[in-house]
Amino acid sequence: MAKGVKPRVKVPKTAAAGDMITIKTLISHKMESGQRKDKDGNKIPRSIINRFTCEFNGQSVIDVTIEPAISTNPYFKFDAVVPETGEFKFTWYDDDGSVYETAKNIAVG
Amino acid sequence: MGLTRRNMMLAGTSAFAVATFCGIPVLASAVDEHIADFTGGADAVAGAIELDAPEIAENGNTVPITVSAPGASSIMILAAGNPVPAVATFNFGPMSAARSGSTRIRLAKTQDVIAVAKMEDGSFQTTQATVKVTIGGCGG
Repeated sequence: MAKGVKPRVKVPKTAAAGDMITIKTLISHKMESGQRKDKDGNKIPRSIINRFTCEFNGQSVIDVTIEPAISTNPYFKFDAVVPETGEFKFTWYDDDGSVYETAKNIAVG
Repeated sequence: MGLTRRNMMLAGTSAFAVATFCGIPVLASAVDEHIADFTGGADAVAGAIELDAPEIAENGNTVPITVSAPGASSIMILAAGNPVPAVATFNFGPMSAARSGSTRIRLAKTQDVIAVAKMEDGSFQTTQATVKVTIGGCGG
């Protein structure tokens, strides 16, 4: 597992049923592109997060395929609908096989 | 030709261009291939798709972009001047509201950023924006 990977997610705590909400996510990751070279001219091997998904109560909100051209500490902002109280689940998939997960609850009332 | 001030300036700028150049430039055909893979050969036309990118990006390491395409099921983003043109593909699920997404991307040099959207009815839309990059974003 890459070091110091910390997901951060911003989701409103409450919403009205059927509301559109904006979700912001950020995960600390160096996103080594595989294009850079070290001091001796050797290529630094690629090490990135290659996929990000967000689900609400098991249904997909967004599924992003990530290439090396995404910046360090990948940031995503997108919109979701919330028909009911539930849980947003966020998953990041690392090149090295690690999976980083976090979840946020939202109450509809 | 003597070593005039103008020649010095020219030499300086070309050296700078070489220094900031990184990776092998992508041929236009590589971009076309990516688009053809995504669309399956169908024509992509202009439409409601929008790509919001800065005109001038001082730092090519983090260029904020936003794409939105009402009615899209997925949106692919390409950077035509990067060593690898693919940037990201957003696939929208049933719980997605506005079909839009924002992220930050790396651009190696001044170039066109292209967005291609696959609509729910199976058609394709495309748009592009030129971003001027002051400092390229691929290290080296």
